Amino acid sequence: MSALIELLKTKQNRLCSVFFSAGFPKLEDTATIIKELSTNGVDFIEVGLPYSDPLADGTTIQYSSAVALKNGINLDVIFEQLKSVKKENTAPLVLMGYLNQVLKFGEEKFCESCRECGIETVILPDLPMIEYENHYKALFASYGISNVFLITPQTSDERIRKIDEMTEAFIYVVASSSITGAKGGISDGQIAYFERIKAMNLKSKLIVGFGISNKETFDTACDYMNGAIIGSAFINFLDEKGVAAIPEFTKGILA
Amino acid sequence: MEPKFQPTKEGYYGQFGGAFIPELLYPNVKELEDNYLEIIYSEAFQKEYKYLLNQYVGRPTPLYLSKGLSKKYNASIYLKREDLCHTGAHKVNNTVGQILLAKHLGKKRIIAETGAGQHGVATATVCALMELECIVFMGEVDIKRQAPNVARMKMLGATVMPAKSGSRTLKDATNEAIRDWIGNPEDTYYLIGSVVGPHPYPDMVARLQAVISEEIKAQLLEQTGKENPDTVVACVGGGSNAAGAFYHYLEDTSVELIAVEAAGLGVNSGESAATSQLGEVGVIHGSKTILMQDEYGQIIEPYSISAGLDYPGVGPLHAYLYETKRATFLNATDQEALDAAYELSRVEGIIPALESAHALAALNKMDIKAGQVIVLNLSGRGDKDLETYIDNLKE
Repeated sequence: MSALIELLKTKQNRLCSVFFSAGFPKLEDTATIIKELSTNGVDFIEVGLPYSDPLADGTTIQYSSAVALKNGINLDVIFEQLKSVKKENTAPLVLMGYLNQVLKFGEEKFCESCRECGIETVILPDLPMIEYENHYKALFASYGISNVFLITPQTSDERIRKIDEMTEAFIYVVASSSITGAKGGISDGQIAYFERIKAMNLKSKLIVGFGISNKETFDTACDYMNGAIIGSAFINFLDEKGVAAIPEFTKGILA
Repeated sequence: MEPKFQPTKEGYYGQFGGAFIPELLYPNVKELEDNYLEIIYSEAFQKEYKYLLNQYVGRPTPLYLSKGLSKKYNASIYLKREDLCHTGAHKVNNTVGQILLAKHLGKKRIIAETGAGQHGVATATVCALMELECIVFMGEVDIKRQAPNVARMKMLGATVMPAKSGSRTLKDATNEAIRDWIGNPEDTYYLIGSVVGPHPYPDMVARLQAVISEEIKAQLLEQTGKENPDTVVACVGGGSNAAGAFYHYLEDTSVELIAVEAAGLGVNSGESAATSQLGEVGVIHGSKTILMQDEYGQIIEPYSISAGLDYPGVGPLHAYLYETKRATFLNATDQEALDAAYELSRVEGIIPALESAHALAALNKMDIKAGQVIVLNLSGRGDKDLETYIDNLKE
């Protein structure tokens, strides 16, 4: 069983995940960021694979992706960086990228590289469920990789049930109909949506993302779901204060 | 016989197509997929669509036997005059159809992407006609390059939103339109301008442009006694005019199909948009197709003098036509297209769009036999390109 699935079994509440773009702010920061987040209370880490055309991402992650690409990041470099932290016993890592990166790298080679780095969970927002079932499920399974699906306020109950069935790690609950980096608090409408999902008694753990930007939104999300993911707010923090200030960020969320 | 060039239920042409969309777009795309055929082929839709095509767009467009080109190539070269459509190009065939569809679906807000501004203008036009809110995403770089079309869209009542991400051109305008759609999943309709994007868009846009080849068949029959030419030639960026010109000939392999891409400064110059020659299988804007990308799958910005042809991908139908060799893919450089545009202007008194000029330039590269009957889709008129034509005109 993967380390992440193990963790999700033992810890049910206030699971804290942080997203960052590999190779940002500097090319060689990837490993440092992973280590810092791990030692400062983050439960699992999403490593973003910077892409030229990140459809589901707002301006912040577009920016960090563009900087990282300019820094010279690519999948070969990322897998080298991840290999280097493998023995450090960090928090479980989840890779988040776009399908074309996997296609071009080679699906089999991508899975092989994940295995070498101890990656057991991936999020590919533009890989729809039907494509996953038809073309990726068996391959991922043979490498012990589980795929994370997203649900949104528009996802039907029937489809959520199906996603729940197919989920091994967690369901990524997109907080609102928006791209990443949404600002502002959590609205009554969003809370009604969280309550609707919660009332479905799904077997999978539910982690909220998109628009979780500070302690307040993190806490509210955790009141209804098993945990939450912070992305754009962390990127903005890194951009402003740098890698060395990471404990300040995690304290601000988790204290 | 099973048609070979119609998509499967999931929108696949061979390995190409599909709907690679984030879950955030699933309900929108699913709604369209479940309804588009029924709506498009309903009596009410067809009646209104045909009326608008005839009385608003100005269809049927003429099929004109070019004396000058026919003489030069010792063949019969017909020009399908899409340049005479309202707004100046074939793009409006699609926007008229999709705006009716959006109305049937009860949508209130229309978004679109545009490169050169032709599809933006065609969308703003039908939104004005239907009194719907219109937001057009356009790359910041293209806004500067295509000022007259930006002004036209504004005059038609549209809001032009600059796409400031990435390379700030067509692909980024498309990304921004998709991001807007993600954020407005209920009242908004995304009116895509080419045979690209997730299923059902490629099929839907091809069907709406199919009127081009439907008319060619009838007009050729009337003029020559035969409804099939030997060859159909069209330029390809995303590929909507080619899809329309090829559509009713796809299954009949006795008709040769020639797709012409923009080679920019030369296919291997590093400044090109000849996707079939430079691309590999990949996913862009929700569709698996042939895509210009680097060794890590990052999308490469294409280049062409023609803003309507510099798309890093190509519609999935065309990727399949290329792979199966059903269509022959040629290309023309900036200079070859310019020369062809100057030539047509002089011999026929028709100033073509730079996009269509690429198709004209390919005539030089074809092995044309005496008496060969060729239909060339003249997809648009050159008004929008006058500045480029003037700048490049040698005394």
